[in-house]
Amino acid sequence: MTLEAEYSPDADRIMSVSLGPQHPGAGHFRIKLWLDGDYVVRSEPDAGYVHRGEEKMSEYRNYIQNVPHLERPVILDSSNILFAYALGVDELMNNKVPQRAQYLRVIMSEANRIISHMYFLAIQGLFLGHTTMITWCMGDRDFWIDLAERIGGARVTFAYIIPGGVRNDIPPSAIEKGLNTCDWFDKRMDEYEKIFFRNPMVHQRSDGIGVLSREDAIAYGATGTVARASGVSVDVRKDEPYSAYEDFEFKTPVMTQGDVYARAYVALLDMRESVKIIRQALKKLPQGPVRLKLGPQPRVPAGEVYSRTEAARGEMSYYIISDGSPRPYRLKIGVPSAKNLRVLPLLLRNVHVADIPPIYWGLNYWPVEADR
Amino acid sequence: MAAQLTAKFPEVKVDWMKERRLKVSTSAMHVKEVGLFARSTLGFDHISTVSGVDWIAKNELEVVYFVGSTTPGQEDFILAISERIARDNPVVPTMVEVWKGAEYHERETHEMFGINFQGHPDQSHLFLPEDWNELPPLRKDYVSPGR
Amino acid sequence: MVVAQQQKSGAFQVLVGKIDDVLQYAIGDPMRYLANWGRLYSLWPVHLETACCSVEIGAAAGSRFDMERFGALEAFGSLRQCDLLIVMGTVTRKLAPRLKLVYDQMAEPKWVIAMGACSITGGLYFDSYNVLRGIDDIIPVDVYVPGCPPRAEAFLQGLVLLQEKIRRAPSLSGR
Repeated sequence: MTLEAEYSPDADRIMSVSLGPQHPGAGHFRIKLWLDGDYVVRSEPDAGYVHRGEEKMSEYRNYIQNVPHLERPVILDSSNILFAYALGVDELMNNKVPQRAQYLRVIMSEANRIISHMYFLAIQGLFLGHTTMITWCMGDRDFWIDLAERIGGARVTFAYIIPGGVRNDIPPSAIEKGLNTCDWFDKRMDEYEKIFFRNPMVHQRSDGIGVLSREDAIAYGATGTVARASGVSVDVRKDEPYSAYEDFEFKTPVMTQGDVYARAYVALLDMRESVKIIRQALKKLPQGPVRLKLGPQPRVPAGEVYSRTEAARGEMSYYIISDGSPRPYRLKIGVPSAKNLRVLPLLLRNVHVADIPPIYWGLNYWPVEADR
Repeated sequence: MAAQLTAKFPEVKVDWMKERRLKVSTSAMHVKEVGLFARSTLGFDHISTVSGVDWIAKNELEVVYFVGSTTPGQEDFILAISERIARDNPVVPTMVEVWKGAEYHERETHEMFGINFQGHPDQSHLFLPEDWNELPPLRKDYVSPGR
Repeated sequence: MVVAQQQKSGAFQVLVGKIDDVLQYAIGDPMRYLANWGRLYSLWPVHLETACCSVEIGAAAGSRFDMERFGALEAFGSLRQCDLLIVMGTVTRKLAPRLKLVYDQMAEPKWVIAMGACSITGGLYFDSYNVLRGIDDIIPVDVYVPGCPPRAEAFLQGLVLLQEKIRRAPSLSGR
């Protein structure tokens, strides 16, 4: 018997609770909950606490000025959100991006995927009551940040991938450091598997919690780790190889359980593939220039483009309309978190209150990204 | 794909944005039929995003649905279904019954452009503050206060 | 006659004032120092994330930078027990009333760190329709930490500056 059949949301015993925006389990975000005792009867996400109007701002700035503010929404994954933008603008301007720049874009994008997934696993560990995971992942994440900092020059906001190539060349010392980091991280991921993913306590807390079926994942337009954990093999890197992704060997990890555990485990498998790609790219890095000379205010021919990449959280897409002026006429950012948001009220039904944080964070939902 | 669409709906206009990116322009009257056909017959089952565009010079608003596919062999294909309506009374049918995932995207388009989606379950503000009483911000005649 | 009385009471007030000063230095000052010393190494931050700077707070609280070394714990849920509000970045029109509400619910003494360019002036988002140009209009700020986002080290320096401010607080109430 389902709870929903028995109670209607307006019965006397139903209590409505607001989770967030000031709450350790839901930062920048509010979930309106209707509870019956310890069970969630209904829920409604309340987003928009970080809505900064990026799309309107883009119409006031030219294509180069748009680079720094566009990476802020996805600060954990800043290279991937710029990657799709750069692809779109390159396509509009017919830029032939040099091969070395393509490889550097891939390296930075994959390093960012690892940085983002590490943050995801750290907080998921915290929400599942596994304190080792947050201390390990937060600490190890900084080694990847060190590598990205050596290439891009900042801790989180690199502004590295720009239209026409990348901002600067990779320093020679970063190649060796990158290969070392890859070797060390392979061993480290085995340890995560031992302490977290094979931990019976973690299994008990996350197996069968927040199950999303394959049909629902497709119907509600889920993407990224959420879709892949539910058995939908969507990966833009495979489906529509952009940049230099055709040159590398990697797989798309897919699981079928569709629960909180699978969503975390898919992130770990994703990182294994990312390490493989980074290693191949660093070894095969071609010589040549890394950037086209575009000038400070490039003219972009009129036209429209829909570009997409696989970011850490899923499919990142841009719809750019240019009317021939230096500024975009319309710039729509299709972010993966906004695509996964519709899944949340679907999953937060007939679950315990204690399971809300792992389900919420398991969607790899980043409110800043969804609100833009 | 394009031939299939024009054979079924003679009034739609198809053009290629590039290879594997098909843009289908239709009217608000037929958009739902086109959507149902695209989902069930052509296999475009995975909604990607919904965007609005304000063509102020032509006094028109445009809604574009970007739909991908999980059908093997056409994962790289993106279908863009577009419809244009007058700016004064922008009412279009909702596509929530076709793609359930379109719900929040349409809600966002409603608050950002003031387009009414007929039959939509909930069109309250998603991202804007509850007390927003100015023009929809992404319309071209709304000027940001800092500018 | 009146003048003499005034002079007399004036002298009395001076005497009382002198005794008061002596007492304040002898008793009040050690108490003030002790109370503020107790406060400065047990700062409890509120868990209110406002925007993307929270990632660097996560890093600062993580195992590499370890905020607890400086006597500030990880972000905490209950407002009544918190005395430090870190505004992590952009404050939007929707969040502003909630931020004020959170600040009002905290018990005195309380301090505010404005982290990131957005919470100081609006930063990159100066021309956005939904962003406040700095949080000074809503709540008083003690320490500004510039950067977009500030590095974890920069945030820790801001924390140490705040502790210095609490140490030198002129009154027993900590303000």
